[in-house]
Amino acid sequence: MIIKNYLWNVFKKTSLNRNFELSVFEYVKQKKINLPTYLSAGQETISASISEICKQKKIKPLIFGQHRCHSIYLSFGGHLDRLILELLGSKYGCTYGMGGSASIHCKEINMFGHDGHMGTQVPIGTGACFQSKKPTVVFMGDASAEEDYVLGALGWASTKKLPILFIVEDNNLSILTEKKIRRNWNMHEVARSFKMKGFNISDDPEEIFKYKKFFFKEPMLLNINTNRLFWHSGAGIDSDKIFDRYKILMKKVGKKSILYDKKINQSMNKKWKKISEQL
Amino acid sequence: MEKDLRTTIKEIIRGHLKKKIGKVFGQCLTAVGWVGGTLPELYEKDGMVEVSMADVADGGFVVGAALMKSKPIYVIRYQGFNWYNCPMIVNYACKSKEIWKTPCPIFVRGIAMEGGIGPVAGSSHHSLYYRMPGIKIVSPMTPKEYKSIYNSFLKDDSVYYVSEHRGSYPNKNELPNILINKPDLVIFAISITRFEASKAFEILKKQKIRISLINLLWIKPLKISNGIIKNLKSSKFGGLVLDDDYVDGISKSIANDLNLKSNKMVYTLGLKNKTAGTGKNLDNLPPNSKEIVRFVKKIIKDK
Repeated sequence: MIIKNYLWNVFKKTSLNRNFELSVFEYVKQKKINLPTYLSAGQETISASISEICKQKKIKPLIFGQHRCHSIYLSFGGHLDRLILELLGSKYGCTYGMGGSASIHCKEINMFGHDGHMGTQVPIGTGACFQSKKPTVVFMGDASAEEDYVLGALGWASTKKLPILFIVEDNNLSILTEKKIRRNWNMHEVARSFKMKGFNISDDPEEIFKYKKFFFKEPMLLNINTNRLFWHSGAGIDSDKIFDRYKILMKKVGKKSILYDKKINQSMNKKWKKISEQL
Repeated sequence: MEKDLRTTIKEIIRGHLKKKIGKVFGQCLTAVGWVGGTLPELYEKDGMVEVSMADVADGGFVVGAALMKSKPIYVIRYQGFNWYNCPMIVNYACKSKEIWKTPCPIFVRGIAMEGGIGPVAGSSHHSLYYRMPGIKIVSPMTPKEYKSIYNSFLKDDSVYYVSEHRGSYPNKNELPNILINKPDLVIFAISITRFEASKAFEILKKQKIRISLINLLWIKPLKISNGIIKNLKSSKFGGLVLDDDYVDGISKSIANDLNLKSNKMVYTLGLKNKTAGTGKNLDNLPPNSKEIVRFVKKIIKDK
């Protein structure tokens, strides 16, 4: 029963994320959004699962992400309208129109903006966790994880035994350069070498759920293999053969997922239309 | 008895920790010399945090601590280490208030020194921070100045880069501005050059060269009174900015500002445009009193 509820809740969040990203895709394509936009479509189950586990644990963590963070914001309860406004460049956006797609900030959900330099959220999140001792989730990509200061931060988080969770959203790509071209090592093994728990898993919500017992008890890194459905930036598709976790999740959840997805899709379209017309 | 700057800083740090205003971060803080004797003998349990030797990440840790509504002090033992320590301070902390309406106040103690220690450890590197919006740059050389800067930081939510110099730590004396009516030249001195500028002032005075001497405490924003600008306007040969950093940075920018405000030529003298070696004759030191005197005389002669 617990896992069923969990899956349903993760699905609902993933559906929200996916339909949001599909709307953004259209708006970028139609040039109604005219700023660099990083879609998290394909990767949504990660933040949906992590946020649901935090909710179950009644923990409101500090959140540090970087670009491709729309799903993080929505999964943790960021206000939908304010993210739409942000992407449309409004000063009423969640980051006051200053951050755009890449630097989402939201005090209400403890989400801290990103400065644009890949991976800086890792030491900054580590420092925030050290100072506050509050449970902290730091999201990064597989490319950001290669930044030297990320490694320094992992080492320090381990040394100080911080209640921090590092999530590597590993889509195997830095723009289009594959991981195997960039390095011959794995992040979960790096984490282990720093004497913290490190695991290499898939973006299946049920698999992520298995690790919840370790959350915030000590530093942990989850390298979560996932897939980016769209271009690195903007609205385009690199390949139509990309594995889509959302489709699998829909099957797992059953028929009600189709109805739910349709409902969200319709309301999302209406929301975007209404807000963009008001601006 | 007046306290020297070293003791003043030490007491400020002790108070900062005791009142739990924020932690003090840095590398090798608890080493033998306690950073030139400017730190009280306290440890992590007291809030004095030894960070790892990962310079770039360390700057990020301090930024993160500042985001948590604390006011950390970050000690950078040699200003040249800023090249690796400041990226997240200038790119995140300095912009945080403007972008995210989330202040990220940090009191960065950048410490300079010179003499046979090469191009990284030697001299001031405050120009590194200068171009970024959201930073305040100061260079206190006296006990009262340091106290005033720290108190200003407590009331503020900005990032402060405090350009210190080990050569000033024994100093007990205040360094007031000297304004001469219709001077030949006005010297604006930054950091350790202020002490040599005082000596140069005395030498030039004996040679009947009339110099006004202005101590630049607030570098960004540049705080210069209208009276000083008037004095510069009334000068015969303009001004001279002295710095312990390369002139292609703060000093030329300030010279330009002063020039625009006064319509007078303003010159610069700082580190020479070369890399400092550790050998005795290969160093690159800030201008000493003799060099300042020579430079001033050259300006006058060329005019």
